[in-house]
Amino acid sequence: MRAFFEKIGYETLSFLESYGRLGLFLARTIRSLLTSAFKFRPVLSQVHFIGARSTFVILFTGLFTGMVLGLQGYYTLRKFGSEGFLGSAVALSLIRELGPVLTALMVIGRAGSAICAEIGIMRNSEQIDALECMAIDPFRYLISPKLLAGIIALPLLTAFFDVIGIFGGYLVGVGLFGINAGTYFQGMYTSVVWADIEMGLVKSLVFGLLLVWITACKGFYLHLERSGGFGAEGVSRTTTDAVVLSSVSVLVWDYLISALMM
Amino acid sequence: MMETMNSQAQDKSSVVIELTGVKKRFGRQMVLRGVDLVVHEGRTLVIVGASGQGKSVIIKHMLGLIRPDRGTVKVFGRDLQRLKRRELNEIRSSFGVLFQNAALFDSMSAYDNVALPLRERTHLSEDEIHDKVMEKLALMGVEKSAEKFPAQLSGGMRKRVGLARALILDPKVVFFDEPTTGLDVHKSNELYRLFYRTQQQLGYTAVIVSHDVPKIFKLADEVALLAEGQVQGCMSPEDFQMSQQPMIRAFVEETMGHLYLSVEEEANFYA
Repeated sequence: MRAFFEKIGYETLSFLESYGRLGLFLARTIRSLLTSAFKFRPVLSQVHFIGARSTFVILFTGLFTGMVLGLQGYYTLRKFGSEGFLGSAVALSLIRELGPVLTALMVIGRAGSAICAEIGIMRNSEQIDALECMAIDPFRYLISPKLLAGIIALPLLTAFFDVIGIFGGYLVGVGLFGINAGTYFQGMYTSVVWADIEMGLVKSLVFGLLLVWITACKGFYLHLERSGGFGAEGVSRTTTDAVVLSSVSVLVWDYLISALMM
Repeated sequence: MMETMNSQAQDKSSVVIELTGVKKRFGRQMVLRGVDLVVHEGRTLVIVGASGQGKSVIIKHMLGLIRPDRGTVKVFGRDLQRLKRRELNEIRSSFGVLFQNAALFDSMSAYDNVALPLRERTHLSEDEIHDKVMEKLALMGVEKSAEKFPAQLSGGMRKRVGLARALILDPKVVFFDEPTTGLDVHKSNELYRLFYRTQQQLGYTAVIVSHDVPKIFKLADEVALLAEGQVQGCMSPEDFQMSQQPMIRAFVEETMGHLYLSVEEEANFYA
């Protein structure tokens, strides 16, 4: 019986500790952003890493997502004789939901895992301690450019995803099934309103923050992981945890933002 | 009496770092059980002890990277636990650290590693930074490897670049965490010579954690033995080697005893 309560206490403390750490990490990063001079170059370099280097994978994924939406949407809408709404269906699905979510998941897989591993290795090899000993704030030098870059890059990548996805739907709907091109775009023009774009934008901004926040925090506090964060195995385990946690968080926040903005 | 009081006052004024009753536990393991240690200005303190005794943990306390569970760590008379981050950074500006594996930033060249503290902590122009960095790299004899990345450097060269980075802001106190680990005898001697030369030039206080007994004694003004979570004694290298304190005696015999063994005893020692 005592062991049971000990286990509950241990898990509760562990939960509070790791989420408290996440909160403090974000607070320290935001404070460093607000209190230190803005440096353009590190942010630009991180936008290049998180954003520009993810462009190909985003375009590729966006194209095929749009094509699948076109294919599935066409067969579903045909049952109701509403093929003309294919453009609206593809655009709304992409702009409100699939664009921000799939972009975030792809960027977590490509850049988020790299952020966690990079910072984790820096922690293991005492590079973060070295920064602190040189009186260089690691939050200002290392984390805040990444956070800012995530918030800048995600909306841009999401926009690319949406545009190429709509083009993918066009290829299938117009090219394959012979829907009129004017009908495809006119349906989209009339049904997509500013509120839809706003929802996609808010989601991509939040996801940009989430993915850098969680992956960077996991790497930064690698040495405090209860399961043991040392060595190559520790880095790989923590990176996997970071990718899973940030992906799940994206889906949870997707629901919350949708519910709030509907 | 008056002389003693003056000497004590002078001694107190030259204290750079003072640890009093420092206790630290990691999980269930009690690493430090009340460490008292004093580092005097301009002197070299060497901390020795078996592996896993918490020697590096002491250095991390001095650097403010770890907070003690109990006790105080004072640097330049200021309690590190009571300082705000900005004040702690002011104190750290007068520190230089050579980490065990040099802790160079692996995505930067040797030049950029050494230039980093100048770029982040000073308002010098790139030309001025270049002059200072090249001067320090030349002092360490690695100026030709300035554009190489840490992965392209040998262990000894990495340590030299790490030392150049540690000394770039002309620190008052320099910490060396196992500086010769992984180096051969020749490279270790080179690093000790560099240490000796730079300390003569810059006059910094040094705290060294090392296993390299008895060679490291030649550089030390004071030697402290850490065992069972406490400092068992802190004294001159000569007194340390002659000490009758049981733990120090055992350490000296364990680490240096084989130097004085007969052929027969040596055969048994390695058996």
